Amino acid sequence: MKGLTEIRWHGRGGQGAKTAALLLADVCFSTGAEVQGFPEYGPERMGAPITAYNRISDKPIRVHSNIYDPDYVVVVDETLIEDIDVTAGLKEGGAIIINTAKSPEEVRPLLRGYKGRVCTIDARKVSIATLGKYFPNSPMLAATLKVTGLMDIDAFLKEMETSYAHKFATKPEVIKGNMDALKMALEEVRG
Amino acid sequence: MAIRERLSGNEAVATAIRQINPDVMAAFPITPSTEIPQFVSSYVANGLITTEFVPVESEHSAMSATIGASAAGARAMTATSSAGLALMWEELHIASSDRLPVVLALVNRALSGPININADHSDGMGAKDCGWIQLYSEDNQEAYDNMCMAFRISEKVMLPVMVCQDGFITSHAVQNITLNEDQEVKDFVGTYEPEDYLLNAENPMAAGPYSVTQYYMEARRGVAQAMRDSKETIIAVSKEYGEKFGRTYGFFEEYCMDDAEYAIVIMGSAAGAAKDACDKLRAEGKKVGVLKLRVYRPFPAEEIAAALKNVKAIAAMDRAESFSGNSGPMSCELRAALFNAKLTPDVLSMVYGLGGRDITVEDMEKIYGDLMAGNFECKELPYRYVNVRE
Repeated sequence: MKGLTEIRWHGRGGQGAKTAALLLADVCFSTGAEVQGFPEYGPERMGAPITAYNRISDKPIRVHSNIYDPDYVVVVDETLIEDIDVTAGLKEGGAIIINTAKSPEEVRPLLRGYKGRVCTIDARKVSIATLGKYFPNSPMLAATLKVTGLMDIDAFLKEMETSYAHKFATKPEVIKGNMDALKMALEEVRG
Repeated sequence: MAIRERLSGNEAVATAIRQINPDVMAAFPITPSTEIPQFVSSYVANGLITTEFVPVESEHSAMSATIGASAAGARAMTATSSAGLALMWEELHIASSDRLPVVLALVNRALSGPININADHSDGMGAKDCGWIQLYSEDNQEAYDNMCMAFRISEKVMLPVMVCQDGFITSHAVQNITLNEDQEVKDFVGTYEPEDYLLNAENPMAAGPYSVTQYYMEARRGVAQAMRDSKETIIAVSKEYGEKFGRTYGFFEEYCMDDAEYAIVIMGSAAGAAKDACDKLRAEGKKVGVLKLRVYRPFPAEEIAAALKNVKAIAAMDRAESFSGNSGPMSCELRAALFNAKLTPDVLSMVYGLGGRDITVEDMEKIYGDLMAGNFECKELPYRYVNVRE
């Protein structure tokens, strides 16, 4: 990986966009990168729009400000597209990754004229199929890794297996479901 | 051997506390410092440390319990933010006048009102005149390193030490960090052997008694002298830390200051944006620099003035409003330091980042631009607000 990659996450309080950003920082850290993952805190309530950020770099990261011109935007809740200008400042050479059952062609008209790459992933479908419940984190993380190319996919899966083993030490029965969610999302992401 | 890790600022400070294993920690949760006592209490529950964790019912009690434990002879500490520090105010003075080496992890947050949970330095600046040494941190690494050094400084000069970092901006941001080995930290901090303490039956003493007019002034004079003398200890401990762990700190960091004609003087996390702006302008041949204050108390007035003696214009940037009508607290002290050194650069005082208001590299470039263009214009106030709606 060369240079600096900046990612902005849009989600709603309680959906885990912050956790996903921290997981992304964690997994990129394993490649030797310099990482930063942080949420923007507003009123802390379930369902309110929240933003989280990542900087991934080959050099130490000194800037702590929010990200206004991201390389990638990840939208964890598609209903935000109506209320928030999610593509604000998004570089045209980058991409937006949206959690939706729609195709990239179907969502593009909703993106206020964004000309760059549009990717979609049906995280609900993936999550229900693999975990039996709706947890968009793992599928969104996998889709983001695939689209950004921040690290090798095999290395990503290997690292996540270790990470889940640690995270779910007290409930190992959910490790397989989460790993399946990652693998299925890698296949399902479109655009 | 150095350990490569990634931790949030709160995790970093909690890790230092785990490595130090203080005798007592008393705390009451308040955003954004809550995670620190939360991590520490889990270390206690998991048997990683032998610290007596005291879950109190308010910050006033947290500082009281810390003071009591320290007076009894324990190595004691607490953590807080914002209104929590404000509620400790009475006790902060008692800790310093009793000459107790207690440590406080402050996660800087705006004071009410209006109520706000995000970062600024109004809590720390509100406590700047309480006889506490204050160390400010730019990132998780500095918060960790400052915490590793705090007890050494405190126990040598017998003044309390506050280790500050910006709420959420660094406390909740996960970033790369280099940790020291547990044993290395323990060896560096050493064992606390108090000279006089309440539980010493051999030598009974009183702590915090009433001081009549004939004695009060001498007690305050003593704190003032200890604060002044602490400069030597802060530098000595920081130097030893640097020799041992490879990260050396002074009263402040001078970034590109050797031949700088235009300087931003700043504390805390926003220094990073100033450094990136500085790099961009240096690439264009502009003589700009950053002076990032680490030690605010004692205020290193002579040293700052010496570092700025060749500078033509300075942006003095405060992340706190002190309502003096003149400028932020750091800026006022900086101007006094320059005056005493008979230096007369242009000083543009600025207040930024209140209640977590973001500040970017582009903002810093504009500020340098104003310094270089000689644009020091201020309107209703004799100082400027950055990114405010007028």
